[in-house]
Amino acid sequence: MHFNIPILSAALLIAAAAPLHAENVIVYQEGKKFSEAEVAVKVGETVTFTNKDPITHNVYSSTPGMAFDLKQQKPDESTTITFDHVGEATVQCAIHPLMKLKVDVQ
Amino acid sequence: MLQIACRVLMLLLAGTMTVAAAEPRPRDDMKKDFVRPAGVPYPADNPYETHKVNLGQMLFFEPRLSGSKWISCASCHNPGLSWGDGLARGIGTDMKTLGRRSPTILNMAWANLVMWDGRKTSLEDQAFGPVTSPAEMNGTIEEAVARIGAIGAYQAEFKTVFGDEGVSARTIPLVLATYERSIVSGEAPFDRWIAGDQTAISDDAKRGFDLFTGKARCTGCHTSWNFTDNGFHDIGLPDTDIGRGEWLKVESMQHAFKTPTLRDADRRGPYMHDGSLGTLADVVDHYDRGGLMRPSLSNMMQPLHLSGTEKQDLLAFLGTLTGNNAPVTVPVLPNPQAARN
Ligand code: HEC
Ligand code: HEC
Ligand SMILES: [Cu+2]
Repeated sequence: MHFNIPILSAALLIAAAAPLHAENVIVYQEGKKFSEAEVAVKVGETVTFTNKDPITHNVYSSTPGMAFDLKQQKPDESTTITFDHVGEATVQCAIHPLMKLKVDVQ
Repeated sequence: MLQIACRVLMLLLAGTMTVAAAEPRPRDDMKKDFVRPAGVPYPADNPYETHKVNLGQMLFFEPRLSGSKWISCASCHNPGLSWGDGLARGIGTDMKTLGRRSPTILNMAWANLVMWDGRKTSLEDQAFGPVTSPAEMNGTIEEAVARIGAIGAYQAEFKTVFGDEGVSARTIPLVLATYERSIVSGEAPFDRWIAGDQTAISDDAKRGFDLFTGKARCTGCHTSWNFTDNGFHDIGLPDTDIGRGEWLKVESMQHAFKTPTLRDADRRGPYMHDGSLGTLADVVDHYDRGGLMRPSLSNMMQPLHLSGTEKQDLLAFLGTLTGNNAPVTVPVLPNPQAARN
């Protein structure tokens, strides 16, 4: 058993620094859900997806102009996506269609 | 400040859950994931109603829903064959072989997207699909509504439930979907074991459960009491059907199909969307090999290196998912002569 202190404290710092417009937002995949239903970022800011489940997830968006596909994300993997167009991206997991998240890029 | 505190708490919880997930869970803890639900979920916009179930059952067995007046939903979803047809691929109008195997419709109340490729968003949305498919029932919605609406017994029953709307393109799917939701797999030895009866299944099957939830990785996809995550995966079957990939152009959805329930599975061979695996032993061998390597193959698929005894244990476990389903009564349908058109 071990607790990943560096990651936890980094996350705490980010959470404490800017609850509204974080420069990097962290979203977890956990219990076959995204940890947030909606996040807001400014153009050029990033969202990191971290898989806390013991199973593989996918993250994609087919919103025009904001499309991306993370293919397959294994347990404990993290991937960071930069959102550089204003708009509202619908982000989903192709494997588990009920996993949905809105990214509001201002 | 409050918002920050909440986030900290969430992160702490997230932290502890990761720790728990990283270690293999003991059998008794695993068992908690498989408890049967107390009731059947019906959606608020199409609630349960006994009349609807009865009407839906009649229409499910009603050949007059089809263009030829010869084929019904139950032709391919036959309750005697665990709501499938026992064929590798379905057979429709003019004896044409369909592209895929007829899946069971057991436990559809818990489904999200339906069809092997998830192209329908609900049972209501699905209902007229087979009726109008030239390969399946080869009819039209207008014709089906007119024919059913012309039969006095149906008219009266639909009026009782839906008032003046009666038989319509909206109400036929509502009753079919309600009936389908009422079709639930019966209690199996596995359920009695989960409920605490230690003697309900054999020791082989218990070891099979440990493999299913552990070394063999089956619960990566076949989760909960219904043994499905309602998700889509490429498990590396070597045919050319791209499945969900036709609707969702992302790499992991090429050759991906919906995870089927494993309830009563030993009543439903041959297996898979293409009926390519004849027996459950063939299925276990497929997973043991790990499937065809290609970019879309789920990375939860890997060679398992199961021993002969381990394969037997897995099969013993799968056998405990078969329930004591009461025989299904075929409904009495209105006199065929009542339908003049
Ligand atoms: C000719 C055979 C045939 C007939 C008739 C037929 N089906 Fe099917 N059914 C199939 C096949 C094959 C599939 C899978 C097709 C696919 O996924 O592409 C299917 C899929 C389904 C599914 C989705 C199951 C799941 O796991 O997602 C439902 C629900 C269903 N049928 C209900 C019905 C109803 C209701 C009727 C009558 C109105 C009907 N079917 C008539 C062959 C048939
Ligand atoms: C990566 C996800 C995944 C894993 C892991 C997995 N399955 Fe499956 N299973 C599926 C999907 C998806 C299908 C349907 C595939 C198709 O038809 O193309 C399926 C089909 C089946 C079927 C056939 C059911 C039917 O009605 O045709 C059986 C039986 C089965 N799996 C048992 C198992 C067992 C036992 C294991 C562990 C050794 C396992 N599965 C591991 C996703 C998975
Ligand atoms: Cu997912």
